[in-house]
Amino acid sequence: MIKDITIGQYYAGKSPLHRMDARMKLLLTLGFMVVIFVCKNFFSLGLLAAASVVLALLSRVPAGMLLRSMRPIVMLVLFTGTLNLLYTKGEGMHTLVELPVWRWTLTITREGVNTAIFTTTRILCLILASSLLTYTTTPSMLTTGMERLLSPLSKLRVPVSVFAMMMTLALRFVPTLIEEVDRIMNAQKSRGSNLETGSLGKRIKAFVPVLVPLFVSAFRRAAELAYAMESRCYTGAGARTSMKRLRLRWSDFAAAGCMALLTAGVIAINYFWGSVI
Amino acid sequence: MKDGQTREAASRAAAAAIECKNISYRYPNLPKGAPHAIEQVNFAVDTGELVAIIGHTGSGKSTLIQHLNALLKPQEGMVFVDGKNIWENKSAVRAARFVAGLCFQYPEHQLFEETVEKDIAFGPRNMGLPKEEVHRRVREAAAFVGLDASLLPKSPFDLSGGEKRRAAIAGVLAMEPRVLVLDEPTAGLDPQGRERVLQMILRYRAQTGKTILLVSHNMEDVARLAGRVLVMHRGRAAMYGTVEEVFAQAGALNAMGLTVPSVTRIFLRLREMGLPVRDGVFTMEQGIAELLRLRAEGEKEVSHD
Repeated sequence: MIKDITIGQYYAGKSPLHRMDARMKLLLTLGFMVVIFVCKNFFSLGLLAAASVVLALLSRVPAGMLLRSMRPIVMLVLFTGTLNLLYTKGEGMHTLVELPVWRWTLTITREGVNTAIFTTTRILCLILASSLLTYTTTPSMLTTGMERLLSPLSKLRVPVSVFAMMMTLALRFVPTLIEEVDRIMNAQKSRGSNLETGSLGKRIKAFVPVLVPLFVSAFRRAAELAYAMESRCYTGAGARTSMKRLRLRWSDFAAAGCMALLTAGVIAINYFWGSVI
Repeated sequence: MKDGQTREAASRAAAAAIECKNISYRYPNLPKGAPHAIEQVNFAVDTGELVAIIGHTGSGKSTLIQHLNALLKPQEGMVFVDGKNIWENKSAVRAARFVAGLCFQYPEHQLFEETVEKDIAFGPRNMGLPKEEVHRRVREAAAFVGLDASLLPKSPFDLSGGEKRRAAIAGVLAMEPRVLVLDEPTAGLDPQGRERVLQMILRYRAQTGKTILLVSHNMEDVARLAGRVLVMHRGRAAMYGTVEEVFAQAGALNAMGLTVPSVTRIFLRLREMGLPVRDGVFTMEQGIAELLRLRAEGEKEVSHD
């Protein structure tokens, strides 16, 4: 259950997406996310969904792994979808069905259906795009990419490299802490704590014996790491070079070109077919 | 049919505190073709016995012991604790948690309560015991591990390393499990802390007569405490026998990345050098006795001449 979380998980491969420059991937993913919110009708939404699927196929990450990264947000998608479906109301909307439920009447409007479809597809595309980024980019490349992209800010005295180091360390400790959670959960289960069944309130309470030791060990690890870094003269100051160089190649520019075409396509479709939400 | 088998197996296992029948387990999120963590493991522990489990890192020791209190469900085979199939139904699973008390490596990392007393009481409270009973068990367990009563109202995070370890072990003892499973209880302790924990295990066994399973990397401890030894190698039970039987196979153990106690190694070397020493020297005490015997015999021979 705990091991399903896939933040910062890398799937080793040699696909075109894996070979791309991390900076370009970051920029294009950001751009893709913006475009997801630019699209206004079903044609452009369909185009974006198709583009996401093509990207997923291109990455050669197994479909099972991608679906697993979606699993934690299924509830969120269902929740927002239902809310949008039922609570989109206003003047001049087309009522499709009216369901009497005890004292209330649930009204489903055509606009509600549209909004529900849009929000769910958008969330799914967002998650897919961002998990493709983390699946095809090693955490270290990702932070190097971010550091380089943000490096102009260091002119404004923003400690970019320190933030990048913090990112790297945070990502590095994700698997360690997941393991730790597993270990502590086993220990507390052995002492009879019931983590699987019971009401939500009870279950949240049951996690206190897991969370307290987890925080204690996280702080201990952090202190040990700080000592280890200091004893190797880390101060955070000075320009640190990176072991892996980032290099833009023609394929990166080709990808940027595709992204530009996609954006133009979405805007054109929005313009010609009008918006439904 | 299946019921009949279960019952039959249960009656056979009635005498054993723990019986594992052909259990195999493979971690589900590993890629296909990855080896089983444990494979076809068969062993039984009699009531009141102290069995040591040894094996190289990654040999499946920790996976194995997590089967004994139903933290892991074997994909094949059955686990009987006190003659009951622990996977028979849901209540049996929960009961197994309390029958076999599992104390993990570095158990002090599980401490979380505001006071030592509350932390030791966590297990008994989860068992739904009445307040007075919980109180009695906490006091007894604390006394057993040698924690002074003045430490009970303290925060567990204010204790020393060795005290934390003993407090955590007390948390398992307070559940009064019929089988106590300890995973490297002395790892990372200073010599004095190690000795206290070992003494505690011996005292616990002498006073309660309960079954104990001990995972250890320290062959001296194994030789000193255990009756039988289970050797795990690449997920399989490679050997299972008395301390004498297992440590007599120094060559096979070496091939598995394990050693025999250093005293035993010295005596094997003495034998190679031509001294007429006996087999079966595993502890310091036995070694001293054997050397004294040799000297006495030597003196006898000299006096005969």
